[in-house]
Amino acid sequence: MALEDICGFEDTPLHRKSFPASHFEDTATFFDCYNAEFRGLKKSVRNSGIPLQFFLPTLPNSPLFNQKYRSPFSPYKHLMTVRRPFPLSHGTTTLGFIFQGGVIAAADTRASAGGLVACPAVNKITPIHSHLVVTSSGSGADCMLWERILGREIRLYQLRHRRCLSIRGTAKLLSFMLHPFKGTDVCVALTLCGWDKEAGNTDSSFITDDSSCTVLSSQDVSAMAYPSSSNSGPKLIYVCSDGARLQGDIFSVGSGSPYAYGVLDGRLRWNLSKEEAVSLAREAVFRATHRDAYSGNNVDLFHITAQGWSQRKREELKEEYYRDMERRAKTVEKGKRETVLDALG
Amino acid sequence: MKDYHYSGPVEHKFSPYSFNGGTVLAVAGEDFAIVASDTRLSEGYSIHSRDSPKCYKLTDTTVIGCSGFHGDCLTLTKIIDARLKMYKHSNNKTMTSGAIAAMLSTILYGRRFFPYYVYNIIGGLDEHGKGAVYSFDPVGSYQRDTYKAGGSASAMLQPLLDNQIGFKNMEGVQHVPLTQEKAVQLVKDVFISAAERDVYTGDALRLCIITKEGIKEQTVALRKD
Repeated sequence: MALEDICGFEDTPLHRKSFPASHFEDTATFFDCYNAEFRGLKKSVRNSGIPLQFFLPTLPNSPLFNQKYRSPFSPYKHLMTVRRPFPLSHGTTTLGFIFQGGVIAAADTRASAGGLVACPAVNKITPIHSHLVVTSSGSGADCMLWERILGREIRLYQLRHRRCLSIRGTAKLLSFMLHPFKGTDVCVALTLCGWDKEAGNTDSSFITDDSSCTVLSSQDVSAMAYPSSSNSGPKLIYVCSDGARLQGDIFSVGSGSPYAYGVLDGRLRWNLSKEEAVSLAREAVFRATHRDAYSGNNVDLFHITAQGWSQRKREELKEEYYRDMERRAKTVEKGKRETVLDALG
Repeated sequence: MKDYHYSGPVEHKFSPYSFNGGTVLAVAGEDFAIVASDTRLSEGYSIHSRDSPKCYKLTDTTVIGCSGFHGDCLTLTKIIDARLKMYKHSNNKTMTSGAIAAMLSTILYGRRFFPYYVYNIIGGLDEHGKGAVYSFDPVGSYQRDTYKAGGSASAMLQPLLDNQIGFKNMEGVQHVPLTQEKAVQLVKDVFISAAERDVYTGDALRLCIITKEGIKEQTVALRKD
């Protein structure tokens, strides 16, 4: 996707269209995501500011049917979406927090559609580049495609400016890309977990070694001395399709997030060691999957440091659950024996 | 006596979708892939056709199974065929299964606000010759799997496949890799069971077995009631 754009690859007029001409195209409008409304947004030289063209159905009662002019507001808002006869995948528990050893991102792996588990082994945490992972929550298809679009835009930025976009910049870019869809039923709630590598000046000198921010691989960054300014170091930013963009130290998103917050708020401290942090994240997701019907199956864990992200092996929660049951059975046993002894003694 | 039925004006809303039934299944092995579908086309209480298979051959190494609304299945396969030809003419090579899956994801998401009501499953061989199955939801979310069932009987078949192919929820079993003969027999048995309990599945089963030698098709009779 990104390489096509930077090379300006558009050989046929049909290339840019998602699908060939059909007879009802003259009544429908093909709309670009990046419309003229968004002046501040950087576009590439060719028309490829468009991440994806969307087909907007013209329904008899919608204002689009009788009007050809483009309203100053987002056209997607006036859209009366055709009622879908199927449910989309939703429901999850994801969390991220910052501690002294970097950033931990954890998520469950269940994708549910209505009452059915559509897939028990989904990847909800996706690496975007060597120092940024994104945890996704909301509708599965929306998250997957928007992460793909975000990865493409970050890669284009890196190719054009020879440095990585900061995490805050990435969050802003994503938030602006999602803005035209506010009010529609696009449901995306992403947490960007990453590590900013360089000094905070926006007109910073270029780093000529552009392999320092390798996309989709976790190579070691050779000792880069970054000054201890507030713009470098671990970052956690929550971006939502409603328009929210929040930076923080701890976030949990999804239907299981209240349970995860309970566990995290109780035990999270800055001075945790890496093993303690990992075990806390796993415990939080485990408790959430236990109580929330729409979360379950396995836990994925990512740890992001100045050297990049590393992934922990996916863990089946069934074992954890049985171990927990045994532990509880033992404490109940012990309690019973003690009360019996007290009663006797 | 009073009449107890509603006798005022009733609003009927036109729905552009309709559900035509059918079940699709795909299994990936070490060096083969199987895509199977029943051949019944139904709508409401009627059967439109007993010979409407839902597997469509895309390339020599990829077959797609589409179930849901038949109109959208036909259009979607035409669009995929056209895009495959465009790719072949621009790049002078056929699309690999993984590339077709990624392309289908963007095609489906381009219709996020008026989706194709189709449950797709792509089965084929990847660039290394191993079996690959890609399963989709109607708006383009996809994932590579070892096995997947889609369509009207998917909720009945998926747990059975989880147990027989994935060895899930069984203690103390040896995980033997799936051979082609065992996979074909399993698919036939699984569809016979589906035809027993799902009204939209039946009539006949069409199997496409994809190996590096090519695509072989088999047809097996199922319950016609």
